[in-house]
Amino acid sequence: MKTHQEQSFDSKFDWKLWKDILGFTVNYKREMAILAVIMLLVGGIDAIFPILTRHVIDNFVIPQKLEGLSTFGLYYGLLVIIQAVNIWLLITFAGKVEMGIGYDIRKLGFRRLQELSLSYYDRTAVGWLMARMTSDIRRLSSIISWGLVDLVWGVTMMLFIVVIMVSINWRLALIALSVVPPLVVISLYFQKKILHSYRNVRKTNSRITGAFNEGIMGAQTSKTLVREAENLNEFTKLTGEMRYTSVRAAILSSLFLPIVLTLSSIGTALVLWSGGNGVMMGVITYGTVVAFISYIVRFFEPVRELARIFAELQLAQASAERVLSMIRTEPEIKDSQAVHEKYGDTLELNKGELPEIIGNITFQDVSFTYQGGEQVLENFNLEVRAGETIALVGETGAGKSTIVNLTCRFYEPTAGNILIDGVDYRERPLLWLHRHLGYVLQSPHLFSGTIRENIRYGRLAASDQEVIQAAQTVNADHFITALEKGYDTEVGEGGSKLSTGQKQLISFARAILADPKILVLDEATSSIDTELEQLIQQAISILLEGRTSFIIAHRLSTIRSADRILVIQDGRITEEGNHQQLLKEKGYYYRLYTNQFAQV
Amino acid sequence: MQNARLLWNYMKGNRLLYLGAIVSVGFATIFTVINPLVLKVTIDSLIGDQPLADSGWELNLINAMGGRGFLAQRLWIVGLLLIVLTLGRGLFLFLRGKWSAEAAEMIAKNMREKLYGHLQHLYYNYYVTANTGDIIQRCTSDLDTIRRFLAIQFVEIGRSVFMLSLVAYVMFSLHVKMALVAMAVIPIIFAFGLIFFLKVKKAFRFSDEAEGRLSTVLQENLTGVRVVKAFARQSHEMEKFEQKNREYRDLTYRLIKLLAGYWSLSDFLCLLQIAVVLFLGVYWTVQGSLTLGTLFVFITYEGFLLWPVRQMGRILTDMGQSFVAVERIEEILQQPSEQADPSQFRPEIKGNISFRNVNFQYEDGTEVLKDITFTIKAGQTIAILGATGSGKSSLVHLLARLYDYQRGSITIDGNEVRSINKKWLRKHIGLVLQEPFLFAKTISDNISLARLESEEREIYAAASDAAIHNVILDFDQGYDTLVGERGVSLSGGQKQRVAIARTLIRECPILIFDDSLSAVDTETDAAIRRALAQRGNQATTIIISHRVATLAHADLILVLEEGRLVEQGTHQELLHKSGIYSRVWAIQNSLEDELNYELSI
Repeated sequence: MKTHQEQSFDSKFDWKLWKDILGFTVNYKREMAILAVIMLLVGGIDAIFPILTRHVIDNFVIPQKLEGLSTFGLYYGLLVIIQAVNIWLLITFAGKVEMGIGYDIRKLGFRRLQELSLSYYDRTAVGWLMARMTSDIRRLSSIISWGLVDLVWGVTMMLFIVVIMVSINWRLALIALSVVPPLVVISLYFQKKILHSYRNVRKTNSRITGAFNEGIMGAQTSKTLVREAENLNEFTKLTGEMRYTSVRAAILSSLFLPIVLTLSSIGTALVLWSGGNGVMMGVITYGTVVAFISYIVRFFEPVRELARIFAELQLAQASAERVLSMIRTEPEIKDSQAVHEKYGDTLELNKGELPEIIGNITFQDVSFTYQGGEQVLENFNLEVRAGETIALVGETGAGKSTIVNLTCRFYEPTAGNILIDGVDYRERPLLWLHRHLGYVLQSPHLFSGTIRENIRYGRLAASDQEVIQAAQTVNADHFITALEKGYDTEVGEGGSKLSTGQKQLISFARAILADPKILVLDEATSSIDTELEQLIQQAISILLEGRTSFIIAHRLSTIRSADRILVIQDGRITEEGNHQQLLKEKGYYYRLYTNQFAQV
Repeated sequence: MQNARLLWNYMKGNRLLYLGAIVSVGFATIFTVINPLVLKVTIDSLIGDQPLADSGWELNLINAMGGRGFLAQRLWIVGLLLIVLTLGRGLFLFLRGKWSAEAAEMIAKNMREKLYGHLQHLYYNYYVTANTGDIIQRCTSDLDTIRRFLAIQFVEIGRSVFMLSLVAYVMFSLHVKMALVAMAVIPIIFAFGLIFFLKVKKAFRFSDEAEGRLSTVLQENLTGVRVVKAFARQSHEMEKFEQKNREYRDLTYRLIKLLAGYWSLSDFLCLLQIAVVLFLGVYWTVQGSLTLGTLFVFITYEGFLLWPVRQMGRILTDMGQSFVAVERIEEILQQPSEQADPSQFRPEIKGNISFRNVNFQYEDGTEVLKDITFTIKAGQTIAILGATGSGKSSLVHLLARLYDYQRGSITIDGNEVRSINKKWLRKHIGLVLQEPFLFAKTISDNISLARLESEEREIYAAASDAAIHNVILDFDQGYDTLVGERGVSLSGGQKQRVAIARTLIRECPILIFDDSLSAVDTETDAAIRRALAQRGNQATTIIISHRVATLAHADLILVLEEGRLVEQGTHQELLHKSGIYSRVWAIQNSLEDELNYELSI
């Protein structure tokens, strides 16, 4: 997880990154084009209104005449209607782009997540991935649509205003705009500070969320340790920090607005002074002065808007970096080009015939080193015949899981080969193996939905009858039918409405429905009652029948019934044989086995 | 109103600050409203030649500043006045921002601490069924909704009210007919906004719910990645996700289209209002009942009025959200807590324990323990066997007063447990939970958690006894290794052993292992028990386990079935009864017969 820790990102604008991000708009070229036109119109019309006011003053009020006023009013009303329609189009199209792009990126991201190898998941926290797929993508699609819209609107309007002011009276325009350079400098300075302080706020905030999480998850433990007061003490430090950083950030923001307003008023004052003198000398019209004053106010309106967008752009840039890094991660384990051409896509096999798996597995001089450089296996050799049950015994970290992960091709050997039915599995598609693989986990994972749906996950095409049959085979039918809604019982998020034992039986049914040729069983260490254990034991032995099986075993009863037991220590097989043979060796296995009855 | 009062209570201690913020808004508004009036006088009477009223503030102001002629020659003085007015407005805007932030952040801080403190002191069973995600949501985003309401929205409402009344006052005193026209659309826009946002609440909710469903599919896919891969269900998962993804997109887009209708229509109304003011204004100006400066004032004011009113509908509906947030937070705070423990009784605790006819049931009426009676002498080791749900854990929880029993009596050294101060009691009972929680601290800090003054040597000793010392040393950073999301993730067995170490270091007279060796392999289990024996352990020790070998050596074995104490005695005594113990023993022991048999072949 260290690889994914939040880096304090460089606040420089990354042109290349944004070019890539804008690539996502490719499906919405038409909408983006229309949006661009509308933005120009909206900004333009907003900038035109003061000229109309000027026109009214200079042509009707000052000469004191009313002819033509109603016609002009009609034009004005027309413009109002056009502007309203523009706004409608603008929101509709920006919304369409926002939702469309978000949808596209999520789809792309999810597909990539399905392709990524397990090694990626081993070093990436689920929470991190969730944040990328939800808030980051949301922020990204919103900045591409609304951010861009506001940016274009603001810039267009400011540009139009400058052009109009210069064309009406360039002297007065220069005077009015003399406040712009200090405005730019001050805005940049403040935004930098404000951004920085809000970043601190966010960091502290996520620590507070973490603390709440810990406070609740660990509440029972805290109670037994009588740690409540110390916990609250530590928490108070955090909230104090939060208050300090938040107030600081708020004060900085509250300073910015008055400064912008003051600059704007200096502009107004300058126009009033020199424009007013101009009117009295008869070189400038009333309407011009009034128009200039409202232009200055309008010119400053988008400034805050723009400042906000730039702040969001920075956030979005960090989001974009993370999302792109996720989408661009290459799966470490994937089908080779040759396999691709022969059998089809990673997620869809549509070409070439593949042989059925029989289930002979061979490890040939297999070595495996984790990315971090920790070597787990070295020149490991193993021959497993189809239908054989192999129990793996040994301490945590000895390499049991690695052997299983390699067999499943969740990882691939760093050296050596693994053959399935005599062929290196890298010459076949991943899906080929996985379709014939059953994997039953220590802590069973169910999906929200009914029990029926969860069992059917093993074979989507299975009929209701087959689902029930599978449940019966593993002794699950009994408890399921006892439930009020039977097979249609909702299991809740992650199966939360069922007990661990029940979840386990359902996951067995799911596995047996899939009818895999190769089965991996990561056995639960945690206690299941001895009496219920019998049921599960029975289910396991049914499950293992006729399949090549690997069991990471903790229960001696399971181990004993294996065809072959491998004692794994430091990535090597130190003892090998069936139960009787290993007992006679009086080695590690003997000690492990007899310890169950130690001191009796 | 109930919620408004609660909100008022939360503000305790910060109300003055808050009042300051609101008053500042008032002053800032006054400065804002004066500004166009200065421009009006300038346009009409300094630049133009409109006669000034015989009396009134305009005349006084101009006279005070040197008279009309003088000022007309020196318009920069008026300009300066504008800048000064803006500075005044800026100052109060700044004060508003500062004070409202200070007040709101302080309130948020207090509420966070109150919530956290409360969450620490709820009754044990609250956490058994608690939905952590939901509670955290309430403590973070609901709280933030309230904070934002206090810091921004409420002040904004104040500003709109000030603005509306001030502008209305000035408008009416300038030109009544014009004022009526200028205010015509205000109630319509206000009502339109309010009704609209009330109506689309549902659309907002649909979009939120669709997003929630999308997240669930994602979350389950990510946590179940092994299952997905092992069953090669990637395509199936993509279809599932696609469906939710599309649903979210479409529902949200529908909402955006509704919003587009609202914003464009209300924009239309606002622009129309300005047009009407402009053109009628021109008409009246030409007619002579209005000056150019006044027209200018009206147009500027229109801008001040329309945009805040347009936002009001949104803000007022959001206010509803804040009240919902208050309710959701209050739900947590209303949970009964054990913070106020009336008992100050702190007797010495040695470890003689006695249960007499103890009955215990959950609040919902489920009977958990029925008529439990047994006695333990200080220093003895007791083992408890029983199926899941038989009441083993509840029995030890009662001892630590994590729950309170209804009938019967539990005494420690002759003192009724219920009369002893809870924290005092728990300080003397080392209870290791089956699924212990480790904090996101270093391993060393986790072990010394409950005895902060522990020395390194003691930490090492406790870890050695819990058979975890060597494992810890194998980590790159040894005892300084961080535990949890940002550090290493320990296996279930390793967590249990760290939890045992942190309990052993406390040197409690009563030690309870609630199935806390379940995830440890048999060899380590035995090693820990050996270490406990060698430690010269004088503590009364209660062990819950499913492994008969773990239980066999206890001084007293209790067998529970459906809340009843069905067997008690030593290993030998229980073997002679043909009960649960002997049956479980037989199941596990048949292995041993086989062992002997197999070894003899």
